[in-house]
Amino acid sequence: MKKLIYLDNAATTRTAPEVVEAMVPYFSEYYGNPSSVYSLAGDSKKAITKSRETIAKALGAKSNEIYFTAGGSEADNWALKAAAEAYASKGNHIITTKIEHHAILHTCEYLEKRGFEVTYLNVDENGVVRLEELKKAIRPTTILISVMFANNEIGTIEPIKEIGEIAKEHGILFHTDAVQAFGQVPISVDEYHIDMLSSSGHKLNGPKGIGFLYIRTGLKLRSFIHGGAQERKRRAGTENVPGIVGYGKAVERALDTLESRTAKERDLRDYLIRRVLAEVPFTRLNGHRTNRLPNNANFSFQFVEGESLLIMLDMEGICASSGSACTSGSLDPSHVLLAIGLPHEIAHGSLRLTLGEETTREEIDFVVETVKKIVQKLRDMSPLYEDFMKKGR
Amino acid sequence: MYSEKVMDHFQNPRNVGEIENASGVGTVGNAKCGDIMRIYLDIDENEIIQDVKFKTFGCGAAVATSSMATELVKGKSIYEALKITNKAVMEALDGLPPVKVHCSLLAEEAIHAALWDYAEKHGIRIEGLEKPKSDIHEGEEEEAEAY
Repeated sequence: MKKLIYLDNAATTRTAPEVVEAMVPYFSEYYGNPSSVYSLAGDSKKAITKSRETIAKALGAKSNEIYFTAGGSEADNWALKAAAEAYASKGNHIITTKIEHHAILHTCEYLEKRGFEVTYLNVDENGVVRLEELKKAIRPTTILISVMFANNEIGTIEPIKEIGEIAKEHGILFHTDAVQAFGQVPISVDEYHIDMLSSSGHKLNGPKGIGFLYIRTGLKLRSFIHGGAQERKRRAGTENVPGIVGYGKAVERALDTLESRTAKERDLRDYLIRRVLAEVPFTRLNGHRTNRLPNNANFSFQFVEGESLLIMLDMEGICASSGSACTSGSLDPSHVLLAIGLPHEIAHGSLRLTLGEETTREEIDFVVETVKKIVQKLRDMSPLYEDFMKKGR
Repeated sequence: MYSEKVMDHFQNPRNVGEIENASGVGTVGNAKCGDIMRIYLDIDENEIIQDVKFKTFGCGAAVATSSMATELVKGKSIYEALKITNKAVMEALDGLPPVKVHCSLLAEEAIHAALWDYAEKHGIRIEGLEKPKSDIHEGEEEEAEAY
């Protein structure tokens, strides 16, 4: 079998072996329901408490501000729907951006149908929110600002601290979707004035099906799932104990290695970007050149369509993703690439490569050589390239 | 998600290229939607398609349907070629995922567009051939009007 090169770590990551190891006993040994009274249940309960503490510490938060969910999408849904409902008497206006994950955008559409007004901020050509535009969008009725910490497609990191300050000045709640950023960049909820933060376990070598919503003390958000006293009566349902344990372990690892891991990823990412831009003509980098997630590279190859590129990469054992329409099942390419001003045909030819802790320089070299070969092959059969070359001649 | 046949035609597309001084050239689709197909036909004096080449910008299915369409028309008369439908292209590929059916329509249109170009160049009328509806700039023009 061909060696697999996994460069889609923004989609999900490999669960780290020590994370799996930490989880295993909570399936068959300490399987007690944390809500029960006997001592077997106490072990589960203790494990949850420990994970919660680890995670809270990572954000500079208090343990009782971390609410476990089934993932990032649930946390986003909860934050927006519950905040909108809780503060509806104050106003009905929400500000977000055009480049959010669909867990935010579709939830906003849902809220719009229920009488809320939503402003979708533009971003600049690098995908950065313009603070002046944000300030202008604020109305007396604005109750919530939700801006992602870092973009999942192009990796751009948003000016979260500045946005948090603006929100605070105006007395508006601030939520950030930190699904991509948590574990990759240091986050302090106090320093950044974050009121709510969504995160997901499987993006940082933790398990799937677990996430959390950070809710600042004092926020009166309704329960998202009714039916039990779990998560301080705010999220009913028997806790996903193995998931929570695994998530805690993953966060502990991510924090321990944050500096060295991201420094290594950043080096390899820059090497990848340098080589691709230098060696593949008619190519652009999407997202901010430097202020981006350490593991993210996103390119557009002119005259080439993304799905074709992905299938050919897959045949060489390389896992990647694209903002091409064909991969999303709709006719429009990625909303993020369109929001940074790319024309449709350029957006169709995008490729996202997201590195992981296990990525090596040899892998990057192989990927660059393979991308070069495939892009040329696809261009050789592209009528757009043919027209371009004939015009150029 | 693709059949083995689709993957085969995508990995090893038949008849990729151009024909210089082709008898007919047809280009359909638009870059905005992510699919453009161009088919070149070399048609002899007996109206037989002696050679066919294609170039495609698009997804795996777009490449595979173009490749299969060229295989199906090669050696056929222009009237036989005209009868090749998108369904025939799909069947020859052992099917396409529902979201990719439009690629086979594009392949059918590309053949029709190339035949139309041939008919126009030679001042003839091919019974049953209508002016192809989509061309490379159609989408862009529509958008320009919308603004």
